[in-house]
Formats: sequence, structure tokens, C-alpha cells
Amino acid sequence: MSTRGATTKNGPARVTANPRGVLTGPHFMSGNEACCEGALAAGCRFVAGYPITPSTDIVEQMAERFPLLGGTFIQMEDEIASSIALQGAVWAGQKAMTVTSGPGFSLMMEHVGLAAITETPCVFINVQRGGPSTGLPTLPGQADLMQARWGSHGDYEVIALSPNSPQECFEMTVEAFNLSEQYRTPVFVMSDECVGHMTEKVVIPPAAEIEIYPRRYTTLPPDQYLPFRPEADLVPQIVKAGEGYRIHVTGLTHDERGYPVINAECQDQLVRRLVEKIRLNADDIVSFEEQDLEDSDIVVVSFGITSRVAFRVMEMARAEGLRVGMLRLRTIWPFPEKKIRELAGRVRAFVVAEMNLGQMVYEVERCSGGRAKTLLSPHAGGTVHSPQQILDVIREAAR
Amino acid sequence: MSVTTMTHPVESVLRMDRMPHIWCPGCGIGTSVNCFTRALLESKLDLNKVAIVSGIGCTGRVAGYLKMDSFHTTHGRAIPFATGLKLGNPGLKVIVYSGDGDLIAIGGNHFIHAARRNMDLMVVCINNFNYAMTGGQVGPTTPMTAIGTTAPYGNFEPPFNLPYLAESCGAVYIARWTTFHVRQLARCYAEALTRKGFVFIEVLSPCPELYGRRNGLGSVVDMTKYYKEKSVLRNGAPTKGVGIGLGGEVVVGKFVDQSRPTYLEARDQQMKAKLGERYVPVEVAP
Repeated sequence: MSTRGATTKNGPARVTANPRGVLTGPHFMSGNEACCEGALAAGCRFVAGYPITPSTDIVEQMAERFPLLGGTFIQMEDEIASSIALQGAVWAGQKAMTVTSGPGFSLMMEHVGLAAITETPCVFINVQRGGPSTGLPTLPGQADLMQARWGSHGDYEVIALSPNSPQECFEMTVEAFNLSEQYRTPVFVMSDECVGHMTEKVVIPPAAEIEIYPRRYTTLPPDQYLPFRPEADLVPQIVKAGEGYRIHVTGLTHDERGYPVINAECQDQLVRRLVEKIRLNADDIVSFEEQDLEDSDIVVVSFGITSRVAFRVMEMARAEGLRVGMLRLRTIWPFPEKKIRELAGRVRAFVVAEMNLGQMVYEVERCSGGRAKTLLSPHAGGTVHSPQQILDVIREAAR
Repeated sequence: MSVTTMTHPVESVLRMDRMPHIWCPGCGIGTSVNCFTRALLESKLDLNKVAIVSGIGCTGRVAGYLKMDSFHTTHGRAIPFATGLKLGNPGLKVIVYSGDGDLIAIGGNHFIHAARRNMDLMVVCINNFNYAMTGGQVGPTTPMTAIGTTAPYGNFEPPFNLPYLAESCGAVYIARWTTFHVRQLARCYAEALTRKGFVFIEVLSPCPELYGRRNGLGSVVDMTKYYKEKSVLRNGAPTKGVGIGLGGEVVVGKFVDQSRPTYLEARDQQMKAKLGERYVPVEVAP
């Protein structure tokens, strides 16, 4: 397993995982269990959470595993508290995450913004269920995608990953921690009820083969260190509390010293950098899987659990003689704009299959810029698409 | 003629490059910070291991003026942030310094749960009886009949009695002073800094601009005089009886000073009992 973005000039040398807590070997494991093991392998030693279906089994497992590994699990009074307790732990020097689903994710939005503006590296796992509101507590959805991107007020960019198997739940949770450290940003693992509760083979590599992006601690002494002065990749070096740096961290717009400055110039400088550190590094961050795109007229764009139905549909369509390929998004934010633009110049249509009534389809449509037709195969959630639903849209696209 | 430059004794723990502060003339927050910094300097604490966490509002700005690791978080959430900070590195001394609206209204749920857990936090609540940063609205500490911009005909919601609330939730140390009582307050801070577990100090502070003027309480001199004349020292007073009415007497002193296992002590004890040698206490990442 390797970290994407390993070519970046800035930042510390990569290390490998601490073997304590890495369950090396093959397992029969659910997606939620795999998220827990991924976090442990990544070095996470702090989880604050609140019970919510269908994510609860992750915090239950953390509560059991952490006392044996020097970690801390605390069940907070709500998701608002969980999503900021974890940030306190990060500034104390821990790698930390929280885990939730729909209604809890909504409550956490306040602190997604705090993590963005204070550049606190942390991970949020959202095991998506049907919404809005209490919606479908026990059944899947993929309708929190725009919320992951823009759920907190103000301008910022995040990174969000979409696993489609328990194996990927493990790998992407490790990756989420690595990306959060590299870019000092909140990173989301946008799982869902199906992936979270399906049980499959998960192979956990030896610790020495799990690459870890360590925290970007400064090597400067306190009198030379500016907490929010960026390196060349726009990401500043960090410190933790208790080391004599006596830093100030605020959710107010701040300058490189971390001091509040309430004016338009400082706002532009800070917010532009928060956005650009993701946008300008998008090529290093974005990851997708492609299948049979070389000879395709029609590209099915999908992600997460829906992509597993879409793979089956692609085979069915090919059996009918339709030239269908597949683009499976591993990173949903930042969106793989470049790839969609490139494909739009040579394919006839995109069919976007997602478990909502139209979210990522707008991104595909925007990037295709009218050069390829963009059709949606929607599903309100509660179960996965039937292959037939997607196949019908592919046939329509082929007409 | 030689000029002697004198430095204020607490300058070493203030971010002097951020002065002047934003507080209004007559505001008591600065006075409370003066007492707090004196207590810190007198304490034997390594100030590199002390962290200050504030929420939002006038008192929320305290973290930004103290030259320690300081965190200005979101509205009402200083306590859960501080909880994560403390658990992430139990070697830190973590102090929450915030206002009544922040800690008790929007942050009330976090306040009661941190007290229940006996989280090892010193929580200072500067109570000026209103939301001053936003222009003088009523809050959960505003006395009955007092005027606020959102209660133009007088407040009719009963306020919380903060020491009573803190005690009923499990705080181990509870005191109340006013910004008139600068010596007592500094001594109280100094003592509280030596205590473990959930420590709660309520500091009554004049807000002449937004609360005092609207309620005919006069200038800061009048308001301070009120605290001088209407304060009654009653150490150990039952907290149930220390609620505050508009213009009434104000009971001050140390009400509670007891000991029970902190969250971390209780956790370690339970884990050791169940897991024995297998229990690995928290390690701070390098």
C-alpha cells in the first residue's frame, strides 16, 4: 500500500505503520470493522463518537480495541461534541477521527468548518443512510455527497473518498489519515450501510508495507515559527500543545501568526489558500478506476456500493453489443474534472448511477460541457439499484 | 533625565502584540484576566504545559490574549474541545475560559456532561448576565425582569443558578467572586489550579455598555460599588440558595471543595480491574 501524492516535494519523509494494532493477514470482515482496523493501522489513537445506526459497530470496536493499544475512545454527549473533541485531541498530538451517519453528520458540519479554517488534520467516517432527517436508519443512501463538500458555511475544499468494499474500507481509512496529514484538512470516508455491513475478505498487509504520512511537525524553534505560514504546496507546518510554542488557533479569519485579522485582504489570502491547497494539488489527490474506456461510446460513472451494480450492468450492456465502459470514482472530492473533460471529448454519453436523485451528475454535466450527453440513473436509497434500472438508462443513452 | 520603562508584572503571559484588547471601557473581563494571570504566575505550573480554551463572545476572546497554547473554538464548544485536548495529552493543564451565554446556553449540554464525568478541566465562567458581543440580548443567566434587546419588556424566564447547576452535575470545586474582589479572585484561581477534576468558578463581571446602561445600573463605578456593597461572603453556602436576582444580594465565596475520582482516574481504575496487564494507558504520539 502506498500513499498517493508521494511525489510532493514538501512534507516529512514517509514512515511505515506502527505494528501494534495492525492485524496483518486475511480476515472475513465487515466494512465497518475494516474502517476501524484501517484507522488503527494509520495510527489513530483517539476516537470521539456518538451511537448512530448504521455506523455504531465502528465505535463499539474502537471501545474494545483502544484500551489494549494506548488509545482513547470517548462517547460524547452528541455529535457536535464528538466532532470538536477529536480536534482537541489532534492539537494534543493524536491522530483522531469520528464516525457517524446522516443526522450525526448534519450536526458535525459546524466543526468541519472549524477543521478547515484551523487546518486540523482529522478524519470523519460517514456510513451513509437514507435521508433527509431520520430517514432510513438501517438502509443505505449516497445522498450526503454535496453535504460532505459544502455542508459547513463558507468557502473551503475537502477530500472525500468512496469505498466500494470492506477491503477498500480498510485501505481508504488509512489513506484518509494520510491525506488529512498531508493537506491538513478534514477528510471524509463516505461509506454507506451496504458497504459498512457487508462481510468479505479483507487482507491487511504487514505494518512494514503500510505507508504512513506523518504529521508535518515543524523543525523551527518557537521564535522563528509562524503557525500558518504555508510551504510551497500551500500547507503550513504544525505543532502540538505543550511544546513551548504557545500558539494561538482560532476559527476567526487569521494571518500567518494565527492572530485574528478581520478584513477583506486577510480573508482573501486565507480562504484562497485553503481552497487552492486542495485544488492545485488535485492531480495528486484524485484517484479513480477505469474499465474498458478505450473503445467505449458510453461511460458509466459511479462510486461506492452503486459501482458494484454498475460493473454488472456494464457486462450486461456489452453482451447486448453496446460499447460501455466504466469510470469508478475512488475520490469524489476533489472531483476528477480532468478525466471527465478528457472523456467528454471522445465518448457519446455519460450515465451517472448514484443512490440519490442527482448530485454528482451535475459535476459530470459541468465537466462534459455539453460535449457528451449526461444522463442520470437515480435511486432514492433504501436498497441498491437493480441492474435493469441502470441498463435502461444506458439503452436510452445509446439511442 | 533618564526614562525608566516599566513592564506590567503579567506581561510575560499576555500577547502584548495583540494589545489593545477589544473589551469596552468598564468591562470586567480584563480585570478577571489580570487576576488569572497573577494566579498562573504564582503557581508552580510549567506554563508551556498550560492550555487555554475559549468559545465565542466577549470572554471568548480571552484565549487570544493569553500567551500560552490557546484555542479560540466555536460557540459553546470550548468544553468538548478541551476534553479532547486533555484526553489527547493528560499531561496538559487545560483551562476553559468563556462566558455565560457560551458555556451555559449553547454549551449547556457539554457543561453538564463534563461535570458529570469529572473531566479534569478548570472552567471559568465570566457572567455578565447578557450576550454582550451581539449587542445585549438576554440569556440563561439574565435575572428576572432585566431588560435585554430581545426582552424589551423585561425578562420573564428564570435564570440558572450556576453554582447549584454545577454542583448537581458533579463539579468538585465551585466558587463565585466578582471583579470587585480582585484579591479573593486571584487567590481562588490559585487554589483552583491545584485541584483535580471539574472545577467551576463563576465571576460576576460588569457590562456597563450593554447590560448596565439598559438596566439603570449606572457606570462601572456604580456597578462595582454594587458588587462591593451587596456581596455577602458565605463560604460553604448551600448552592441552592445562591441564585441571583436583579439588584439583590450576591452570595460569594467557595461553596464546594471536595474530591472524587476524575474521568481519567476512574477510567484507568476500571480498565486495570478488567484488563490487568493488558491495559495500555494513553500514549502521546511523537
